Amino acid sequence: MTVAPNRRLVLDETAVRRTVHRLAHEILERAGPLETLALVGIRTRGLPLARRIAEVLLAAQALGGRRVPVGALDIALYRDDAFDGGSRVAVGASHLPFDVADRTIVLVDDVLYTGRTIRAALDALMDFGRPRRIKLAVLVDRGHRELPIQPDYVGQVLSTEPGQSVKVHLPEVDGGEAPDAVYLLDAPERGR
Amino acid sequence: MSTQRRHLLELAPLSAHEITELLDLAESFQDISQRRIKKVPALRGMTVVLLFLEASTRTRTSFELAAKRLSADTLSIAGGTSSVVKGETLLDTARNLAAMSPDIIVLRHKHSGAPHLLARSLDASIVNAGDGGHEHPTQGLLDALTIRQHKKRIAGLKVAIIGDIAHSRVARSGIAALSKLGADVWVCGPPTMMPPGVESLGCRATFDRTTAVRNADVVMMLRIQKERMTEELFPSDREYSQRYGLDSGVLALARPDALVMHPGPINRGVELAPEVADGPASIILDQVANGIAVRMAVLYHCAGGGGGEA
Repeated sequence: MTVAPNRRLVLDETAVRRTVHRLAHEILERAGPLETLALVGIRTRGLPLARRIAEVLLAAQALGGRRVPVGALDIALYRDDAFDGGSRVAVGASHLPFDVADRTIVLVDDVLYTGRTIRAALDALMDFGRPRRIKLAVLVDRGHRELPIQPDYVGQVLSTEPGQSVKVHLPEVDGGEAPDAVYLLDAPERGR
Repeated sequence: MSTQRRHLLELAPLSAHEITELLDLAESFQDISQRRIKKVPALRGMTVVLLFLEASTRTRTSFELAAKRLSADTLSIAGGTSSVVKGETLLDTARNLAAMSPDIIVLRHKHSGAPHLLARSLDASIVNAGDGGHEHPTQGLLDALTIRQHKKRIAGLKVAIIGDIAHSRVARSGIAALSKLGADVWVCGPPTMMPPGVESLGCRATFDRTTAVRNADVVMMLRIQKERMTEELFPSDREYSQRYGLDSGVLALARPDALVMHPGPINRGVELAPEVADGPASIILDQVANGIAVRMAVLYHCAGGGGGEA
């Protein structure tokens, strides 16, 4: 029997939308030449976020009606804990529909925590080629880094305890009728 | 916390769900072979021993490439160069290898059940790369994956497997994988090459090529394995070809969009006419490419990765 852990709503649907919008505009202002920009979402929840940022950029006519390309990165094969038991993750495919060489890549993920996911994502990305520069955009930075990795674009800084976990709900991935939401749970992280 | 050792010894006991999971995993490994850097660090620091005590080039190189693309260290031991020729038993050979702490041993052996013996006796994960006339599970998986990718499904397809069913581990693994996934599997061959009771594996049997090929979605031709036959099972290559080979005339009986498969190496002009082997229906080279992805998935799975639990 598992008791539903205590959970607190941190960002609601409106706040998530506003945050994605702001992230997109910060990328627009600071990421350098847009012609060579590409967004790469880390599976699973970074991918829909990257797509949403691309939509905002399109609406803002960032490239005069053209889309900023979006790629998907799966990092399961690059994790440093793949065979530690307990936390088995499904392996998905990576798909980058563009040449990464000489591009500015903005990596997109939902929650930045220990930094190990981003370390794996950097290694994975490098195996596709040599980008000009790589930036990091996250919806939530919850602290407790274990590696020297810092985001360039942060939606929301959240003060958390190690025993807590942050759950991002996005309908594209999590399904159901429930709208976008970010929760803080009083239960340890699972599978990450 | 200890992860239970995982083996892949045969497909027959696996569920449709388990087979589908391995195929899905293989599919996600496919893009790696298309990249400029065809390597991921998933099995870094692990050792994979390729113990091939029976002649094989393509399966061994396919496993070797799969292990290397996952960053594992590989050690290849072939029948002719090992102490087996000095009279060492399989178990002694394997125990000596096991003392070097490999994580996975991939075994090809002429006797059925040899991988099971190793799995019972050693600490490493064992992958069967073909044991006698029993099974060749990675071949069965790559055949299923290739069909699924071309037809977008397996359930409901008529698959004809034609050739030396009695001696064929490819046929056994193919029947196991495809019948579990819902295909209507037919096996066909001369009476001397059909094992009695083959239907119990989950297929239908006929001696008549026309019955097998008519309206088939997939025609899988098996290699005539002269090295595995102890007696003459058919009068001549020519007669075999006329009654059980596949040429364009026979293929016309199948569905217009039928696929032709062969595990290789082909005896051209015996079981498969050159115009069919090189024709538009042939997906033989896709099978070879998929072999690497399937073997990557199997090695990754046996190392403890993937899988839905947790």
